[in-house]
Amino acid sequence: MSSTPQGAEAPVPVANPRAGLFRRLPVVSHLSRSVGLQRGMLVIGLVLTGTFLLAAALAPLLAPFGFAQLSDADGSFPSQQPPGGKHLWGTTVGGYDVLSRVLWGTQTALLVIVVAVALSIFAGVALGLVSGYLGGWLDRILVVVADAVYAFPSLLVAIVMAIVISGGQSSLFGGIMAAATSITVVFIPQYFRVIRAETIRLKSEPFVESAKVVGASNLRIITRHIYRNATRTLPLIFTLNASEAILTLAALGFLGFGIEPSSAAEWGFDLNKALADTTSGIWWTGVFPGLAIVWTVLGLTLVGESINDLNDPRLRGRKRARAAVVPASAEKGSKA
Amino acid sequence: MSTSSPSTPGLPAPVLAINNLSVTFATDGGDVHAVRGVSLDVRPGEVLAIVGESGSGKTVTAKTILGLLPETATSSGTVLINGADVISVSPGRLRQIRGRDVAMVFQEPSTALNPVFTVGWQIAEGLRAHADKESGRKLSSREAKERAIEALRKVGIPDPEKRVNYYPHQFSGGQKQRVVIAAALALNPGLIVADEPTTALDVTVQAEILALLRDLRDKYGTSIVLITHNMGVVADLADRVVVMYRGDIVEEASARTLFAEPRQDYTKDLLAAVPHLGRDSASATLSTRAHQGAEVLVEAKDLVIEYPGRLGAPAFRAVDGVSLTLSKGEVFGLVGESGSGKTTIGRAIAGLNRTTGGSLKVLGFEMLGMKERAFKPLRKDIGFVFQDPAASFNPQLTIGDCIAEPMLIHTKPSPAQARQRVAGLLESVQLPASYAGRYPHELSGGQRQRASLARALSLNPRLLIADEPTSALDVSVQAKVLELFRDIQEEFGFGCLFISHDLAVVDILSQWVGVLYKGKLVEQGIGSQVMGNPGHDYTKRLVASLPVPDPDEQARRREEHRALLGI
Repeated sequence: MSSTPQGAEAPVPVANPRAGLFRRLPVVSHLSRSVGLQRGMLVIGLVLTGTFLLAAALAPLLAPFGFAQLSDADGSFPSQQPPGGKHLWGTTVGGYDVLSRVLWGTQTALLVIVVAVALSIFAGVALGLVSGYLGGWLDRILVVVADAVYAFPSLLVAIVMAIVISGGQSSLFGGIMAAATSITVVFIPQYFRVIRAETIRLKSEPFVESAKVVGASNLRIITRHIYRNATRTLPLIFTLNASEAILTLAALGFLGFGIEPSSAAEWGFDLNKALADTTSGIWWTGVFPGLAIVWTVLGLTLVGESINDLNDPRLRGRKRARAAVVPASAEKGSKA
Repeated sequence: MSTSSPSTPGLPAPVLAINNLSVTFATDGGDVHAVRGVSLDVRPGEVLAIVGESGSGKTVTAKTILGLLPETATSSGTVLINGADVISVSPGRLRQIRGRDVAMVFQEPSTALNPVFTVGWQIAEGLRAHADKESGRKLSSREAKERAIEALRKVGIPDPEKRVNYYPHQFSGGQKQRVVIAAALALNPGLIVADEPTTALDVTVQAEILALLRDLRDKYGTSIVLITHNMGVVADLADRVVVMYRGDIVEEASARTLFAEPRQDYTKDLLAAVPHLGRDSASATLSTRAHQGAEVLVEAKDLVIEYPGRLGAPAFRAVDGVSLTLSKGEVFGLVGESGSGKTTIGRAIAGLNRTTGGSLKVLGFEMLGMKERAFKPLRKDIGFVFQDPAASFNPQLTIGDCIAEPMLIHTKPSPAQARQRVAGLLESVQLPASYAGRYPHELSGGQRQRASLARALSLNPRLLIADEPTSALDVSVQAKVLELFRDIQEEFGFGCLFISHDLAVVDILSQWVGVLYKGKLVEQGIGSQVMGNPGHDYTKRLVASLPVPDPDEQARRREEHRALLGI
């Protein structure tokens, strides 16, 4: 009876726990059950994100020059040179090679994502579980705090953090930490809210009550029964937050709170410097870092949105059923 | 009017003719053939019941009649309503057919109505979507409202002029279903498709709705396609019955013939599995209460349980002055309709709800103002079986892990000991030991409920609380689980509180029965006596409104019920 036709009423299908570990990994399992346009979106997103990750990993090999390199054996780089020749994407007013800056920038972006998510995900999930399960005054306080944090503009937090962490000095560590911490402050409430809502829903599920009835401790219920069921939506928030992290970093750089070109390559900073070029028709200094931001954010968002659609059985597309001609023995072997 | 089904001369043309209908769904697990080559027709003024267990394709067939299948479905064959083929018509034509030629009554009245609009508006919505049959123009809003009032009057809503402006939450569950039926009737369709119209309702309300549907047929000649799994409802209302099994029609006969002499084995098994009030009673031979010398496991004296009200509202009293005792080895059946407090009592005994007054002693422990830490050691002596076997297992753990959990918490056995014990428990609930390695979704509903019973028994509890353990199961599965439950109770000898809304099920298992009504225990006594010769008015009504799976007996009971209500 497990294959009732009322598929839409069935609970969200969990990736089959019996399948191999690889097939159960979040993105892999989504890819294997997607079809049509949704599969197209997911594949495009994965390709964009994949190239971003590859570029970050191979930046030292791919980039023709260092991110802060202003000269080579042939002498100083020319300023504002159009794309072509030795500098495929041209050079900036300061003489940096645009292609190299964009490639090295992927490393900075990836670092910010990793640090921001790592700082926020553990705290957010733990607080969400405890707050949702225990409820009471602790829950109320945490929810109010989370709501209050939403009122802070993340850029303001980032600016304050930049000053606190690096004393206003721009450095790779300081810049990344400033961006990552400001994002963390905003992200913890997001993880907190999602996990808390899921925990409250699961708390009244019969399987949690049945654990209560047999005398399981709160800790055991949270870790064994709720944790694994509540964290299923995390890959989705992760991808969406990752793109937000990049945008915050770029915005910080654009405002001038980013990382100095001598410490690391950063797209937002380059965009800021390209601002003056646009009026004089120098397009390459702004377009390429801008495209890099679009590329990365679009890739991550496509992956996130596809996962979101695929997690919801009502939104998930399926292959059309073949004509309804019936092999009479089709289900004879299924469980009664 | 053209139909492809053979029409007998002398009979009027069918309102609905389904010919060789097949429906296939695309799912994650591949194609599912929900309906395979079904043909049937419905004549004017006829009630056709389509019965079957879950997955038989009865609901899919009903949805096809209104063209309500989801996008993932592919269908072939013809569904002719007054000559128009629902499967191949354009969406615009389909909208015209819906409401005017055929209407639907849904299972759950509280979700079929939109809470932010008045019921009058919702009935009028369908009216105004169609041109009037006589004048050929659309109705004005005043005319539509008048028609809505008329429709409400037809379905027996008192004071319809005033009530037409009420919102759905101002009606009770049974009245809501009347409103849904009124909306379906508004355009006087020749055919109503009722998909489990009484499943979400209490038996006393169910009896009223069934009476209403019968009136509609008698007074207005409306044909009804009744989709149900409840053989009692079929016996009460249907003229002709179609039995479906896994997408095929197994048998088709008039209701009387089907119940009296079913031809197919599947139908025979299905009918045999339906619990029949008064047959196979656990207390048939008893004249005094059994197990009275044994240890008293649960003792409630004037028990009161209240749920705190919202700000300003008074607390809701779910259980009001209930006194009962449950001894070792006894099965205490607690029956009542929704909101009667039966589940609340069960949960309070298991320590899931707090009591507010009186006294409740569980295994000698006073539950009033209990501390979880003090009660915890006693939890190993209490087993609990939940209503929905699909939801009561953690989907991430194997069945073996779930069954072993109570042991891991209380007795901390070695892994090998736990495995051995799990295998033994699975065997005692008649499941293969290899099922320990399976995940809950890989088991069928009945198997999961057996596993749930195994988990409740894993520590050899002295007390078992079973909260509607079979109400989510199909009848044939229910029969097997009940039988198993009875055997195990005799073997293990635990005391059991068996909670159910189904009188017939309670009668099969319990020697002593208590009837709850609005939080009060109105009657308790030996099962066969309470069911056979009820003393309290409410119990009388409850017993009388339960339809039995036998058309002739049910017709007689219906008259008795009407007499009881003084109609």
